[in-house]
Order: sequence, then structure tokens, then C-alpha cells
Amino acid sequence: MKFAVIVFPGSNCDLDMYHAVKDVLGEEAEYVFHTETSLEGFDGVLLPGGFSYGDYLRCGSIAQFSPIMVEVKRFAEEGRPVLGVCNGFQVLVEAGLLPGVLMRNRDLKFMCKTVDLVVENNETMFTSEYAVQETIRVPIAHGEGNYYCDEATLEALKANGQIAFTYKENPNGSVENIAGITNEAGNVLGMMPHPERAVEALLGGEDGKRLFTSIVKWGARHVTYN
Amino acid sequence: MLLTTEPTATQIRDERIYATMGLSDDEYALVVSLLGREPNYTEIGLFSVMWSEHCSYKNSKPVLRKFPTTGKHVLQGPGEGAGIVDIGDGQAVAFKIESHNHPSAIEPYQGAATGVGGIIRDIFSMGARPIALLNSLRFGDLNESRVKHLFGHVVSGIAGYGNCVGIPTVGGEVAFDPAYSGNPLVNAMCVGFIRHEDIQKGIAEGVGNSVMYVGATTGRDGIHGATFASEELGEDADEKRPAVQVGDPFMEKLLIEACLEVIKHPALVGIQDMGAAGLTSSSAEMASKAGMGIEMNLDLVPQRETGMTPYEMMLSESQERMLLVVKAGHEDEIEAIVTKWGLHAIKVGEVIEEKVLRLVHQGEIAAEVPVDALAEDAPVYHKPSKVPAYYETFQAMKPVTPIVEDVMATWKDVLSMPSIASKRWVYEQYDHMVQTSTVVAPGSDAAVIRIRETEKSLAMTTDCNAKYVYLDPRVGGAIAVAEAARNIVASGAEPLALTDCLNFGSPDKPEGFWQLDQAVEGMAEACRTLDTPVIGGNVSLYNESNGQAIYPTPVVGMVGLIEKPEHITTSFAKQAGDVVFLLGETKAEFGGSALQMLQDGKVSGHAPTLDLEEERQTQKALLHAIRDGLVTAAHDVSEGGLAAALPELVFGTGFGMDVTIDTDLVTALFSESQSRFLVTVDKAHAETFANVTNGTAIGTVTEASTLVVRASDRLIEMDVQELERVWEGAIPCYMTSEA
Repeated sequence: MKFAVIVFPGSNCDLDMYHAVKDVLGEEAEYVFHTETSLEGFDGVLLPGGFSYGDYLRCGSIAQFSPIMVEVKRFAEEGRPVLGVCNGFQVLVEAGLLPGVLMRNRDLKFMCKTVDLVVENNETMFTSEYAVQETIRVPIAHGEGNYYCDEATLEALKANGQIAFTYKENPNGSVENIAGITNEAGNVLGMMPHPERAVEALLGGEDGKRLFTSIVKWGARHVTYN
Repeated sequence: MLLTTEPTATQIRDERIYATMGLSDDEYALVVSLLGREPNYTEIGLFSVMWSEHCSYKNSKPVLRKFPTTGKHVLQGPGEGAGIVDIGDGQAVAFKIESHNHPSAIEPYQGAATGVGGIIRDIFSMGARPIALLNSLRFGDLNESRVKHLFGHVVSGIAGYGNCVGIPTVGGEVAFDPAYSGNPLVNAMCVGFIRHEDIQKGIAEGVGNSVMYVGATTGRDGIHGATFASEELGEDADEKRPAVQVGDPFMEKLLIEACLEVIKHPALVGIQDMGAAGLTSSSAEMASKAGMGIEMNLDLVPQRETGMTPYEMMLSESQERMLLVVKAGHEDEIEAIVTKWGLHAIKVGEVIEEKVLRLVHQGEIAAEVPVDALAEDAPVYHKPSKVPAYYETFQAMKPVTPIVEDVMATWKDVLSMPSIASKRWVYEQYDHMVQTSTVVAPGSDAAVIRIRETEKSLAMTTDCNAKYVYLDPRVGGAIAVAEAARNIVASGAEPLALTDCLNFGSPDKPEGFWQLDQAVEGMAEACRTLDTPVIGGNVSLYNESNGQAIYPTPVVGMVGLIEKPEHITTSFAKQAGDVVFLLGETKAEFGGSALQMLQDGKVSGHAPTLDLEEERQTQKALLHAIRDGLVTAAHDVSEGGLAAALPELVFGTGFGMDVTIDTDLVTALFSESQSRFLVTVDKAHAETFANVTNGTAIGTVTEASTLVVRASDRLIEMDVQELERVWEGAIPCYMTSEA
């Protein structure tokens, strides 16, 4: 599978994402600069963490206007996998590909630590390698990861199985402990925790690895190579 | 047209305007003789910043010469943006520490943030990719609401900048003492990775080559920052707020990526950060190093505000700016790279043969000064030195073992002292994992960062117990180096070199200069014995407020090399049944100890003794044992003695320990004798370990989560969870009661 790692000005987990899929999983990966206008030849899109445009104005709000985002939206509409982590999640929300908003953490501080996540839905292209209700340990590192949506949206998220991951202990004030959600079609996942930081035992754990292998397995079934 | 409000050369002389810029009468006279005429306002401004202690080291140069600066690993010693050490296979590490004390005292968030930004630029201006940040912080008594404010905002400032640029903040130290009440310390360190062929220098060679400006625009912020950093903080310090810069980490991130791409281009001749003294120091130093001159047209300098004078432009310390020297005819190629990152490279001048810095503004020459006069000819002072009365008094004191009525309560009190308590509240605000190379995160003795595509990792730490340095600068200075090396070795690394940040009071006071001189003497001695040369650093003098100096605080930033992943060692116990060893001797040494601070509220007496040869041998033996795979955990015994080190070894592991120490209980727990390590060893290797080190088996790691310490006079048993609660809870408790 060939992944595009989107690089916005201020992205800083692009290397981590690239390394996870390329060096750890052994899949193909390429950086795609925000000014590009084509995702031709890619099978999956990864929006990395960081501070795109310095998080000025609002996290992710400027990056959504990047030329490449037109293509990312088309890619998503075609039902192909799009994963946004941390700032990538914020960009997806700002771009309207996922519902809700991400606000400042409950205690107004940036927070970096490894937390317990619960896999709420393992019937997605991102989570099939996990067991439902399995607890996994994945790092978080964000100042604005407090997920919020209105009551109707929340009910819809629940009814459609769009809540992919929740926090075991809520670190940031997110509604219903939400750590990651998919779109209704299930091919766009946004999450604040960093699975790409949990792919090597040397760095403290490999629980994030199966998220990527889930995508690859899905790809093996659905991607037609030209 | 120049602003008519600027004083004339005659007014500068007659009204001694140079004195308000920090220049003495003699220094002004020297400027006049170097120029052969009286300087105008811009020119005297250039001299005042370039001759400040911060830029010229005029008071510390004779002292700094004592440091060993060469060694088998050293590729670049002091004198460039950062020092560089070889780690083999064409790879190297660049690192440096720098202070941002005075700005942080006035505006803690921006002061700390821009301190981080500045040190990062020092690293990537060498051509190195920044891979880690560390810091060393000192504040007053955390009970004071003003201190909480400073501490909280300094930590947010470091986090705000480091997190955004995407460089992990992996280590550091924070200590609290009333000595820093009016003058906190904020020292930031950056470590970068570089291949030998990419090493850059700040040099302006080649007549006709272009001087290009990259990065943020020049504003009026930070004017006279270097001068401000080189004087005492007075009651009017708040009025100096405009001398504090404002940081833009997003701009810095773009600048890093643009510059690291530019350095691969053969047309780049030299590159330097516009740090302290901004455009003045970068241009004068690059020209001076090359034996050339630079002519700049200030009208071309990108300006944030209208009507800026040459004086303001040259003295501005606006952040996130770099000065490049580019081969003539290749400007467009450099511009193209920089533009990709949304920045501009603007030609503002060129290299000239005449060794002067010539500044043209609106068609007129605004300043013309010999570059060497600015960069090289600053006066050097050999300050008078005098042994302070307090030192004589302390030396005459007889060592005593303090009486501790309630050992259990005292033990908990020591663990809840903010200097010793868990720093989780601090480091969880720092992204310490970005770049996914952090193998050992904050909390162990040293942080460990792996080098991708190699077997190697780097261990890094910052250390200084300033209480010892105050009691005895020479011994305390040596201990700072030894302790840093201990942390590196305990992590499984061989110490390579160090960078130092010498935070001291005024050198104009003979007692203050004596502290500086003695501390450096002690550090240099330790550097020689432990084979850790000084490859760069920073001097921050005049750390006084209202006449009261801080403790002399020579912070050591050290980096070590770990050859193989299996050598990486943390300070946390791994399995029950492991044998606990204590390396080094525990003597009744309480001068400068946490116990003394707790009981007396101040330090007195003798600093702990240090035998450098014994230190060297202990470290060597431990490193050997780690490399032989004998060690499961290693932890240096430092502030707080075994009362801190024993529980730290088991916190978070669920284990306990049962140990026997052949001194009285108070000495066993609270002595701060040097050159000691706690080490756990699988019992299968215990005998071998005992043979290859001078360690004593003192007990075992236990399943039961209790700490049992059997001393010669009594036994104490403590619940590990209870100790951990006070240790973890202390700083959050202070900070939630924020006034």
C-alpha cells in the first residue's frame, strides 16, 4: 500500500508517521507537500500531528484551505482511507470531514503522556486488528484535544458506531471520553492520540501498530494495483 | 533622513550617554581611540552591545581559558554557534546551553520561549538537525505566589515554543531556593545531529559575495537585550520589558526546514543566527572571522515598523532571523529554497575587502566601524578576587550529624521538597516524544535519544547542585561536572563532552569574581579527570536583584554516547529478587544537603567531599558492568541522598526494597556523600558485579511494596505508595493553590 503523508507548514509529526508506515510496517510512503494538487497513485492519506500554520487563528483552520485538501476531500469521498492524528484530526474537523470541534484541554495545559484507550468499534478499516473493548496504551501530546459536539451529533456518532476510541481516564475533558471518531462511511478517522508513536518496543510500546496493519489489511482486500 | 532626536557625537561624550548603554568611561575612551574619532549614536550602540559581557565575555575570558576544550572527540570547540563532538561513522553531535535569565524574570513566558528559540538557532546554524531540548531552571520559594507565576509561565513558555517547533524536550532540572527569589534562572540546551560534511561556520568569505537576510522582520523588540542581560536587575526592571523579545515558533519551524535545506547547497558560504545583539553581532562576527568586512544597506532590511533608525535596526533582537553569506550569482537558488518554506531571502549587503562594518541608510553612511574593534578588541578585565567572609566562616565550622526526631515524617518532608519532588507536572507539559526517538523519557537519570538507522543512542542531562557551589565553589563546581557524568554513565553512556552555563552574580564584587574563578577551577579539574572537555557555553553574570546575588550556579549540560541499544539503562528497578548494590562510601556529610535546608532553611558548613580519581574509577567500573550486561537499573545518589534515591528506584514499579546500611539511620538516609550509585543486578550476576566494581550488596528488590532500611542504630519501614503520594503530589499541590 502506498501512503501519502501530508506536510503542512508547521507539521512536525510527519517524520514519525512516515517512519511508522515505511520503516516499521515496510509499506510505501511519500511526503506530499501542502501545495500539491494530486494524490494520484496513493492508497491511503495520513495527516500528521504538529502545529500547522502555528495553530494561529484556530488549530487546523488555515491548513484546511491548502491546495492538497481539495484532493484529500475527493479521496475521502471515494471511500478511501484518510487518517488524521492530533493536528491532523483538527484539520479534518475544520475541513468538515468529521463532525464536532476540538477545544482547549480542560485544565488549559498541554499534556504529553501515555494513556489507556478503549477500542469501541473494531469493525472499521482502522481497527479490525484490535478486539472490541480492548485496552491499548498510546501516547497523547496536545493542548487542544478536548472533543465536543452537540447532543444530536453525539447520538448519531453512537448510533453509527463512529466512536472508534475512548479514553479510559479522560485527560482533556472530551465529551463521552472520546479520543477518536470516524465519519459515517467509516473511511475517515480522526484521533488525538498518536498511534505512530506506539509502533516500536524500544520506544515503550507497539499498541499503535495494529491500527496501521488494519489499514494495510483492508488495503490488501480493496486496493486494486494498476 | 536620520531622526533629529538622536544625540550627536558631542552629546554622547559630554552627557556620557554611553554610560546608560553600559559602557564605562575607559571603554568609551577606547572606542574613540580605535575609531580615531568620536562615535555617533549608531556606532556607540554597536560597541555597547558587542562589548557587553553577554557578547564579549570581557569579565570571564581569563577564567574561561582554564577549561580544557580539546579532546579526541571534539570537532568544534568554543567560538562557533555550538560545539560539535564526533560519534563515529561520519556522524556528530552539536550541542549548547544558553541562559535567558533576565528576560524570564520580567516576562516569563516570552523570556523562556525565546531562550528556547535562540538555542535551537545556534544548533541548526551549525548545519545540525535539532533532536532534543533540555533545560535547567531555578526559582525562589514556591510558597510565594510570584514564584508560582514565574515557574508556571516559564514552563508554559518552554512548552509553547518547543512543542510547536517539534523538538522533544526530554530532560532538565528544576530547583527552588530563596536565593533565586528576585532572579530566576532559565537555561535552555539544544542537541543536534549532524554529518561531518554538513558542518557550517559563521563566516563571511569572498569579496562580492552576498549577505542575505532570512526570517522574521526586524522590529523594535529586544533593543539592548544583550546589555540588559549584562547588568543587575534593579527595581526598575519592569521598565525594561521592551528589551524582552517575542517569539514565533511557527516562523522558527519554517526557518529550521529552510536553513537545513540551504546548508546542502554549495553556494552557501556562511550562516549565523541573529541572536544577542542581532544584526550587529552576526555581521561583525562573520566578517571578523573571515578577515573581511561587510557593507549593508539598511533600507533593504525587512522592517516590522516604520521609521526605524539604523540604531534600532542594528540593536533589535527580534527573533527567528538568520544571516547568510551566499556566493555571488547564486542568490536566486537560495531564494528558491527559502521561498518553498514561505520565507524570503533578501540581499541586504555584501562582503567587502576593507575590514569594516559599513552601514548605509537612506543614501548616507550611518556607521563605519572596524569589524575587529567590535568582535575582537573588547577590553578584557582581570577582576580583583577576594575570599568571601561567609566561606571562611563555613570552613571553620565542625561537621555535625543533625538530630532527626521523627525519621518517617522527615523522610516524607524531604521527598515533598519541590526541588526533590517529582517533576511530572513540568515534563508532562513538554512534548518529549515528538520525532519518535525518545527511548528514555524524563524521570530517569538522563534522557536517551536513539539515532535513527544506527545502533547508537545519546544520553543527555543538565546538572548543578548550586548549594554545594555556594558553600565551596571549587568543590561544588567539580561536583556539578561529576554529577552530570554520573547521570550519563548510569544511563549506559560514555560521557563525550559538556557545555556549561555559568550563572553568577556580579564579577565587579571581588567575592563574586572569586566564586566564578574557583568554580571554573573546580569544573576544569573535573573535566580533565573525567575526560569531558568543554565545547561551548554561555556566561550569565550580574544575576543579582537589589544587591543580592544568586547562588553561583554553573549548570553543566552533558552528552554521552551509548553504543548499543542493549546498553540503555534506566533508574527503575526491573524485577523482584535483584540484588541492590551501593557504589561509593556513605559519610556523615550534611553541608548543603536537603536535610539541612529542611531543618535550618539555609545552608552552611562544608560541601560534600569529592575524590575525582575515585569518581572516575567508580564511573568506569559501572559503565563496564553495564556494557557487560550485568546491570538491570542504575541510579546516581544526589540531592536528598538515599532518602530520595532509594524510593526513586522503585517508584512506579510496584516493587519495594529491603536494604542494610552500616551507618546510623540519619546518615544512611540523608547524607549527600558524592560518587555514589544505587545499582540493581540480577542475582545470577551479583558475584561478578561485586568483583568488577567497588560496590557493596546492601539488599534486594522485593515484591512487597515497602522500603525497609536497616541502619546500625535502628530500622525503618515505609510504605512505597505513601512516599510516592507525597513525592508526586508536592508540586501539583503548590501549583493548584496558585494565588
